Amino acid sequence: MKINQDCENCPVHNIGNLKKLGINMEQYDFVVALAGNPNTGKSTVFNNLTGLRQHTGNWPGKTVTRAEGAFEYNSKKFKIVDLPGTYSLLSTSTDEEVARNFILFGQPDVTVVVVDSTRLERNLNLVLQVAEITNRIVVCLNLIDEAERHNIEIDVRSLSRELGVPVIAAAARQKEGMDELLKFVYEVANGEYVCKPYRISDDSKLLSKAVVKLQKEIEESFPGLPNSRWVALRLLEGDQSIIEAVRSGELKNLLNTEISSKELVNV
Amino acid sequence: MKNNQFDKIIAEANNLRIDLGNELHDSLMESIYKDASKIASKVVTVKDESKKYKWDQKLDRIITSRWFGLPLMFLMLAAVFWITIEGANVPSSMLASLLVDTFHPMLKNLFIDWSIPNFITGVLIDGAYLAAAWVISVMLPPMAIFFPLFTLLEDFGYLPRVAFNMDGLYKKVGAHGKQALTMAMGFGCNAAGIVATRVIDSPRERLIAIITNNFSLCNGRWPTQILIATIFIGGAVPAYLAGIVSAGAVVFIAVLGIAFSLLVSWGLSKTVLRGEASTFSLELPPYRPPRLLQTLYTSLIDRTIFVLWRAIVFAIPAGIVIWLVSNININNISIAEHFITNVNPYALLFGLNGVIILAYIIAIPANEIVIPTILMLTVMTAKITGMGEGSGVMFELDSVEQTASILYSGGWTLLTGINLMLFSLLHNPCSTTIFTIYKETKSIKWTLVSTFLPIVLGIGVTFFVTQVWRLF
Repeated sequence: MKINQDCENCPVHNIGNLKKLGINMEQYDFVVALAGNPNTGKSTVFNNLTGLRQHTGNWPGKTVTRAEGAFEYNSKKFKIVDLPGTYSLLSTSTDEEVARNFILFGQPDVTVVVVDSTRLERNLNLVLQVAEITNRIVVCLNLIDEAERHNIEIDVRSLSRELGVPVIAAAARQKEGMDELLKFVYEVANGEYVCKPYRISDDSKLLSKAVVKLQKEIEESFPGLPNSRWVALRLLEGDQSIIEAVRSGELKNLLNTEISSKELVNV
Repeated sequence: MKNNQFDKIIAEANNLRIDLGNELHDSLMESIYKDASKIASKVVTVKDESKKYKWDQKLDRIITSRWFGLPLMFLMLAAVFWITIEGANVPSSMLASLLVDTFHPMLKNLFIDWSIPNFITGVLIDGAYLAAAWVISVMLPPMAIFFPLFTLLEDFGYLPRVAFNMDGLYKKVGAHGKQALTMAMGFGCNAAGIVATRVIDSPRERLIAIITNNFSLCNGRWPTQILIATIFIGGAVPAYLAGIVSAGAVVFIAVLGIAFSLLVSWGLSKTVLRGEASTFSLELPPYRPPRLLQTLYTSLIDRTIFVLWRAIVFAIPAGIVIWLVSNININNISIAEHFITNVNPYALLFGLNGVIILAYIIAIPANEIVIPTILMLTVMTAKITGMGEGSGVMFELDSVEQTASILYSGGWTLLTGINLMLFSLLHNPCSTTIFTIYKETKSIKWTLVSTFLPIVLGIGVTFFVTQVWRLF
């Protein structure tokens, strides 16, 4: 009994538990979305986990559409979706919309945000925006080796505390940190680890009042919508695609049915 | 009733928005930036600010410099081609002697021993097998050298710098700066480059990028360019200069392609696709030391084997077609010869010949098999003595020199070589690319434009070159 427990806590055991399933995604227990700024190594992480060899390159904007794959970990099957790299989720270019719609409507069980350690500040903008949409986030602090080479030091524990989500230092090209990443993805998906993501502070009282008011109405019309606050903010901003989704009631359809990959790509 | 409810939410939001003012989006963005910066400052420490990216910056100052950027790019390309040309010759001839000279007669004898009808032996062995063998021996060595080199450059972070250098030019001609990226991807595969144009948001600029992507020489056309340059351009200068001059010729064609893509983009943006160029930001990734083994593995498996496999798949039916058209006779003359004799007078106006035209028609599915098709057709129809036997397929070819001698005896000249290189740059995209264009544009009109515009240009350019050539 004791030995077993020790085994489970050992990273070697965990990585041994990883079964790369490639594109075999017939049945899965959890969906993982892989988001991040362009050229932070999302595809490399994707390849490490699935055993697929999606072409990677030192080259922003390489993944235009989504790639999907699967892996098995601790006898749970995960479908993983490699989203195109985006700087934000607020503007309206096609690739940003693909990423945003998936995180918003595809309802992944975990969203892994891959960030570039050498450019943490700018990458955090996206993390904070993702944190507005979903609670289940794991931050993969990638390219940590490059940061070290450039004399940049990051306090991983503090970052995790500040963000309220697990943060894992990784060097995906060298396959470092993948075992820990898997462990936290598993725990967040399972509900063992409950994230309390950082929320952007809004200074204006007027705004918070408006948001609360609108949020209530949205929740009445779309019961069970997990990110009503985010939808309220977009409505207040006058985001046309979200206004359209509310007007047509599409928001509701998206809530109940799982969207197939093809539909999303063509959105 | 439900709809009313939804409309109510929107009306409510609109009312609230009036109170909040229009700067909400900006102020939200601002608070995101502020918070991100606050968190980052808490957790990041930079030990020695002055050392940070010093090396990267120095290198970028040269690579993306206004004066050295473009010449350096041409030099880099030339070096890659030179290594490819010098390195591919020996393995190519080894493969040819193995697959074409040794296995082919063996297989053929086997079929004869089993008394399989001549017709079937012809279609399978002299057609399908031989075409596949040709494709492998002509294409595998240059690809196995070229792709890893190209992938190393990509891994290192050079390609986005190319885009950075080209961006200004594309903007000047009224196209999107990101077209420089999709153009660079087209150097690998046009179909991939066309899918990549999705990064361009404006439909107008995206169409320009799609139509002009074919001017990037692709995987399938590099070997054609390299082989023809080696034979005709390299053959026209002293031996010690041959490698460098033929590499220069290939770079020239590639640069000509870029020039055409700029020219056509300019033409389109001034006429049917008028509009302003939109701006975008391109982040230059840091230089990363490429991982040698991984690069070798991925470029060999993902690119080389993938492209080669596609070529073989297309070569087998093409080989059958080639055998059939050269062996089915009407009035004692084969279909191929009928075609070639009839087309020759016109083709000669453009400095090409009937064989090349027929080869391009047969090779529409894949550019990769143009050279093997030309060689097989030349041998089968020219009835080259000493190399032909029976139906004209049993010949030896174990080096570039022998390829050259086949072509020379087929009546080829330096002019034919130059025009073939030009025509290989300027002709219709392969069927995969055409299909991709249709899928991406959903428009038959733009698909047809993308298909025929390069052919018209190709015919014009080769005609012009030929007429000027003949003046002197």
